[in-house]
Amino acid sequence: MVEFTLPKNSRVTVGKTWPKPEGARNIRKIRIYRYDPDSGENPRVDTYFIDTDDCGPMVLDALLKIKNEIDPTLTFRRSCREGICGSCAMNIDGINTLACIYGMDEIKGDIKIYPLPHMPVVKDLVPDLTNFYAQHASIMPWLETKTARPEKEWRQSIEDRKKLDGLYECVMCASCSTSCPSYWWNSDRYLGPAALLHAYRWIIDSRDEATGERLDELEDPFKLYRCHTIMNCTRTCPKGLNPAKAIGEIKKMLVERQA
Amino acid sequence: MSYKTDYKRVLGLGSAHSGTGHWVSQRLTAIALLFLGPAFLIPFIRALGSGLDAVQATYANPFNALVAIGFFIIMFRHLRLGVQVVIEDYVHGERTRQLSLIANALFWRGFAVVGVFAVAKLALGA
Repeated sequence: MVEFTLPKNSRVTVGKTWPKPEGARNIRKIRIYRYDPDSGENPRVDTYFIDTDDCGPMVLDALLKIKNEIDPTLTFRRSCREGICGSCAMNIDGINTLACIYGMDEIKGDIKIYPLPHMPVVKDLVPDLTNFYAQHASIMPWLETKTARPEKEWRQSIEDRKKLDGLYECVMCASCSTSCPSYWWNSDRYLGPAALLHAYRWIIDSRDEATGERLDELEDPFKLYRCHTIMNCTRTCPKGLNPAKAIGEIKKMLVERQA
Repeated sequence: MSYKTDYKRVLGLGSAHSGTGHWVSQRLTAIALLFLGPAFLIPFIRALGSGLDAVQATYANPFNALVAIGFFIIMFRHLRLGVQVVIEDYVHGERTRQLSLIANALFWRGFAVVGVFAVAKLALGA
């Protein structure tokens, strides 16, 4: 059954409070989840203060400033700092989003930063996304064709290409899947909104010739139908995409091919 | 210890190739209940508390009797499908889940049979 309380070793404790920067006029308080599996200690929440006059506007800027100038042991993923690589997904102020495109001015009060929910934590803000990536691989995220390969390219009309808008932009940051209660309870069998959005992206690609096989693979009480249109995925997506709609479209196609 | 790859673990036993029927049925029964619910409850609440004769008279009316039978069949079907989803969501032990699903499949159908029999008995008398 569901566990309503955390095991003793994952209860979050109060951590270290770092000193405020001297001579700063605009100070933001940032509370960050820290966990080091090698230490054997429980996770803790450390408190940092940064001078916003001497820091970029985004949450990632603050994290980098802390790592560079205050506490080099703080661990997080980041790469492109412009919302295209999906590395810096984390739970900021209660919302799963990308730290690099989330402005500190969007948050009232203390800035609270946690790793993506309900994932095994590797260290601090780094979740283990192994299962998430394997699920993406399982939906065959590539063009499947049977017709002999054309001499140049597989052609697609402008209208058909437009059907991929709102889908191809997904950067696989895992914000949606880790915001989904169904995914929390059943991530071993439910593919989750991100993988399903990608599945739909290939299902409606006019060039793909494995539509039926793709739908066959998804027609499963757990892989697809754990989605109960809770809509957290759509609400949280930092790229403004709509995974819930993509899942709804897959369900509609499954009905369509029966009737 | 297991040396299964992550990909192998995700594939599991493969797709069950089912679930669409369940999904459609849950929605169709929901729509049917929008109409059957009030149609059943209004005469039911009116007859509630009155004597056996009055109740029998209510269900001697074929419309009321058919609505009541339809309501029991559809409502318990909807309930069974709904509880099935709850079990699949929250019951995680492989064996416990399978046993719960079997119990669920039998339990509500039993209720529906009892409901239909009760209405038939009232409608046809004695």
